[in-house]
Amino acid sequence: MPTAIEVRSLVKRYGTLAAIGGVDFSVPAGTVFAFLGPNGAGKTTTTEILEGLRRRTSGDVRVLGLDPWTEGRTLHRRIGVIPQDFRFFEKITPKEAVEYYRTLFHTDVDPGRLLAQVELLDKMHARFDTLSGGQKQKLGLALALTNNPEICFLDEPTTGLDPHARRAIWAVIRNLKREGRTVFLTTHYLEEAELLADQVAIIHHGRIIAAGTPGEIIRIHGIPPRISVEGPEELAGYLRAHLTASVFSERGRVEVELADRRDALKILSAIEESGIPWQAFETRQDTLENVFVRLVGQMDDGALKSEAPG
Amino acid sequence: MNPRHIGADFRIVARSYFRNPLALFFSLIFPIILIGLFGLIFSSTASGTVSLEVLNEDHNSALSIQFLSALNETHIVQAVVVEDPSVTPANFATWLGQNDHPVGLVVPDGFAANFSRNQAVNMTVYTNPQDAASSGEAVFAVSGVANGFNLRAANGTALIQVPPAKTVGSQILTYIDFLIPGLIGFSILTSPMFSMVDIASSYRKEGIFRQLSLTPLTRAEWLTSRIAWYVLLTFVSAGIMIATGVYLFGAHVGVTLGMVPFLVVGPFLFVSLGMLAGSVTKTPESAALIGNIITFPMMFLSGTFFPVSQFPTGLQAFAHVLPLYYVIDGMNQVMLFSNTSLALSDLAVIFVSAVVVFALAIRFFQWRDE
Repeated sequence: MPTAIEVRSLVKRYGTLAAIGGVDFSVPAGTVFAFLGPNGAGKTTTTEILEGLRRRTSGDVRVLGLDPWTEGRTLHRRIGVIPQDFRFFEKITPKEAVEYYRTLFHTDVDPGRLLAQVELLDKMHARFDTLSGGQKQKLGLALALTNNPEICFLDEPTTGLDPHARRAIWAVIRNLKREGRTVFLTTHYLEEAELLADQVAIIHHGRIIAAGTPGEIIRIHGIPPRISVEGPEELAGYLRAHLTASVFSERGRVEVELADRRDALKILSAIEESGIPWQAFETRQDTLENVFVRLVGQMDDGALKSEAPG
Repeated sequence: MNPRHIGADFRIVARSYFRNPLALFFSLIFPIILIGLFGLIFSSTASGTVSLEVLNEDHNSALSIQFLSALNETHIVQAVVVEDPSVTPANFATWLGQNDHPVGLVVPDGFAANFSRNQAVNMTVYTNPQDAASSGEAVFAVSGVANGFNLRAANGTALIQVPPAKTVGSQILTYIDFLIPGLIGFSILTSPMFSMVDIASSYRKEGIFRQLSLTPLTRAEWLTSRIAWYVLLTFVSAGIMIATGVYLFGAHVGVTLGMVPFLVVGPFLFVSLGMLAGSVTKTPESAALIGNIITFPMMFLSGTFFPVSQFPTGLQAFAHVLPLYYVIDGMNQVMLFSNTSLALSDLAVIFVSAVVVFALAIRFFQWRDE
């Protein structure tokens, strides 16, 4: 699979402050890559460097084999970008905006079809300043697609949107992938990354602290899955005596760490053999969100680290 | 420079403008207000002859009547003899003030008799300092006619003859004629300067420049489309101002093709200058400040409301470094004096400055960050 984006030892300094402190990653063509991080972590700076909107201090960046800063004009014909908090000329309608972009990019895209694709057809004659936040983002998405881009950069495309608008944007992103485009997505919604991304990188204080598929990140950085039942403290005592795995008891729930899934039956029969009443059996899996909070928290705050279970 | 890109951006600018009723209203109504306001303020002083109230104490002697008709022949003043018997030299000043007459003249008793005996007589002119124009003209006319009579009394021959004054150019000029090129220049300066300074900082703040930097549109194309828009706007507002001046105040300006280059190069210069001012500053507040520092002196010191030739010498020298001076002077040459060669040299100055400022604006106006 060819590489769409290649980043090696990327550094961005503002004066003495290092906003990006040496970042490496690569994005295979045709995949969805999610860049996660708390606000101020360096997500937008990195994205803008990739889009050719910001100059890097050092390191090597190739997008479609081009240097985004020096070869920006060539690159911009092949990528689509929705900046964070997309704004446009207030009195212009979505249809006119697409026609404007169509002339600038010398393409023959049909405004109606493009706006239908982002579910904005009903608002194609409404002025930009009358659109809702979600509709504005959709127009941004439509404009980013006017030039039939090979890579789409979406910087927090769903921030501040209601759940319905968010789902509509997700559908468009899935569709982009289906069409074979590469999607570079930044978000601070973990659910979004987990649902959409093939690859995830978590950036914090200008450094990547975890990278891989969502599953890999959970496996490496998350806590092992647990078998959890409702039961008294007494049950936890019994299990501690009869099992080698770690046992936790809290607020009426007893949880047993499942280091190896083949231990599941052994744990369940121990619970049953205890003769102590129990109910509501479930397995608890760590989520990307939990991993993210724990990783970012550990880096930020020692107190949070010691509180973290497991 | 791709004309299709410029055309596409021009349509965006035009639509944004037409859909903003307030902006449209101001750009069409403001010229009328300007011409109307200044026309009304100054049309009284611009109306040819000044009415001069005359208190003839010399019992309508032949000589005093000759003196008054000589005054009328100057066409500067019109002598109106006060018939009211209650008016005397003692209460003349009060009477003038009460009846709103700016200027008056007392022909003293014994004027003719003293004149024939070669004895000095005093012709007292009353003036109102609040109406400097009428006062100056009255004093000028009376002393001119008095000089003529003095020469006659001394049996002298005037060696230097001043034939009736001819008006510069082809028409008789009034203040409103002078005001029209000045106010066209005023709107060529102010409307692009204020809005470009604002656009330069607000588009940067809202990220619209970043958005445009991701398209094949270049900065030069973008700025050219704005210039084209302001050229169009200038043509419309100049047309409105000339029409208002001609129909409301009887102005007689020459509407010639010679105006066209000024209405094109003027906006070219000031759209670029506004963009430059907005680009060298970091915040909207400092951009507005720089814009005002550039705009305000130019607004008043370039011959917009008063001819630069009436300024003190130091200010005249300063006016000559202001680019708007050349726009207004050029339009005066074209519209009032039909002086093409002076207009061409003015045009050359504006054009060269416009090219330089345009290049600087493109250089300083970055639509992406370092």
